[in-house]
Amino acid sequence: MTRSRHIAPIAYVLFLMVPLYWLITMGFKTNGEIAGQLTLWPHDPTLQHFAVIFTDRAWWMGYVHASLYVSLNVIISVSVAIPAAYAFARHDFPGKRPLFFGFLLFRMMAPVILLVPFVQLSLDTGLFDTHIGVALAHCFFNVPVAVWILEGFISAVPREIDESAKIDGYGFMRFFIRLLIPAIAPGIAVTAFFCFMFSWVEYLLANALTAVEAKPIAGIMTRAGGVLFGDYGMLAAASVLGFIPGVLCVLLVRKHLVRGFSMGRVS
Amino acid sequence: MSAKTAAVTTNRLEPALLLTPAILVMLACGVVPFGFVAFYAVHDTFAGNDFLFVGLQWFKQVLTSSDFHWAMLRSLGFSLLALAIQIPLGLYIALRMPRSGMLASVLVVSMAIPLLTPTLVVGYLWKVLALPNTGLLTAVFALAGLSLDMNSKIWTWIMLLLMDTWHWTSLVVLLAYAGLKAIPDDYYRAARIDAASAWSVFRYIQLPKLKLVLAIAAILRFMDSLVIYAETYVVTRGGPGVSTTFLSHELVQTATIQFDLGEGSAMAVIYFFIVLAVALLFFRQVTNAERQA
Repeated sequence: MTRSRHIAPIAYVLFLMVPLYWLITMGFKTNGEIAGQLTLWPHDPTLQHFAVIFTDRAWWMGYVHASLYVSLNVIISVSVAIPAAYAFARHDFPGKRPLFFGFLLFRMMAPVILLVPFVQLSLDTGLFDTHIGVALAHCFFNVPVAVWILEGFISAVPREIDESAKIDGYGFMRFFIRLLIPAIAPGIAVTAFFCFMFSWVEYLLANALTAVEAKPIAGIMTRAGGVLFGDYGMLAAASVLGFIPGVLCVLLVRKHLVRGFSMGRVS
Repeated sequence: MSAKTAAVTTNRLEPALLLTPAILVMLACGVVPFGFVAFYAVHDTFAGNDFLFVGLQWFKQVLTSSDFHWAMLRSLGFSLLALAIQIPLGLYIALRMPRSGMLASVLVVSMAIPLLTPTLVVGYLWKVLALPNTGLLTAVFALAGLSLDMNSKIWTWIMLLLMDTWHWTSLVVLLAYAGLKAIPDDYYRAARIDAASAWSVFRYIQLPKLKLVLAIAAILRFMDSLVIYAETYVVTRGGPGVSTTFLSHELVQTATIQFDLGEGSAMAVIYFFIVLAVALLFFRQVTNAERQA
């Protein structure tokens, strides 16, 4: 097989990378250069935009807030999904298919549908502008995702491990923690990755459910976008930093990524 | 509960207990909020305290509103165009991917990056790419003798589709690629013995095996592009005119800016029924595909 066979994916990846290159270089350009003319690399490179983000609490806390609610969401989603996925993978019970369908239905629902009640409920329960409030709101699409992926991974584990655990006199909790969880560890990593991804990129709810104490970076950028009107250097620098957590996570789970995309159904 | 009882009273109690945490979370974070939406959709409110049952009044208002019709048509049009571009393109790229090795890993990791980009950042990115005079995209178009005019409806649509393709085609590629990797080598060996053409390998081996993942890709792409919000709003503010005002913009505008709770909720319920219909269709497809597999 020759390299030329793979021209299409390589060209596609270049198409993906060029805008990213543009964004990164823009973060290092002065606003004068950005507004002046098209330059392919920063002629007068500056760290000024990044310096503002790292020194101004209002900016960098945006990343902290986003990381906090995303982490909380990943923990909640994955921990409630593991037992549920096990039930779907190993048990037959009445209403199993409709219930599974019900879960998936929520994944397909858009945040915009639930925007109004979420704002209202979070104000009523005191969860407005808290990290846990956003984390819980994001559960409605991430719990189904987690159940879906983990169900695939658990189904791929031979039933013999359940049987042998019983024979060995393992209690249920012991079986779960000692045998099942290690057996699906890559699945858990991939599931966490997907939950991270969907929560990290969501903007509408995260912005609407927060004001100051839990405002994610995207919300701060929106505000800055209005105030800084045309300060593209700042927006580019803030965007570049918004990529980094995602890239790190991809690198962490890269070995299992493809399997994750097949919902655990490919070994 | 103790581990012992779980093992003894298996098959009824055990799944119920295992499912309880997930169901509770979904009730609190999904079902109850949706209940509120359904309630608002059939009530009128004065200052958010007194609610008056108004039956289907809001639904009539929404369904006869030409703003809603057009927003719906634009959203459906955008979704279908996005699918028409991204599914074949993603499938083609996946078929051309190396099956394994260093190049494959580099490609997979690179492809995942746009998927991890916050929607708002995608919007800003493409906004700066399309800046007049200094945007890279504008310059590329100019090189090709075209002028990317963000005041033109057609160019704005092309630009938004390009952005969505950049953002989401990878999802199709990675799903299809995962599906391809699941096809055992024996199938290809058998095809080689039969001297099958590349087309018949695709038509009779790969495509049938990919049915399920392509259905998943199509449904995810359809649902997500149908409610695209932040990206397009950042780039176009719904314009020029209302040419890129989509369903979600209409909904957010109605519910949170005009404070028409009932009307906004009625839109949300209508949207929910669309989701339900498409999801049921999809679920039947998946069930069939799994039965065949």
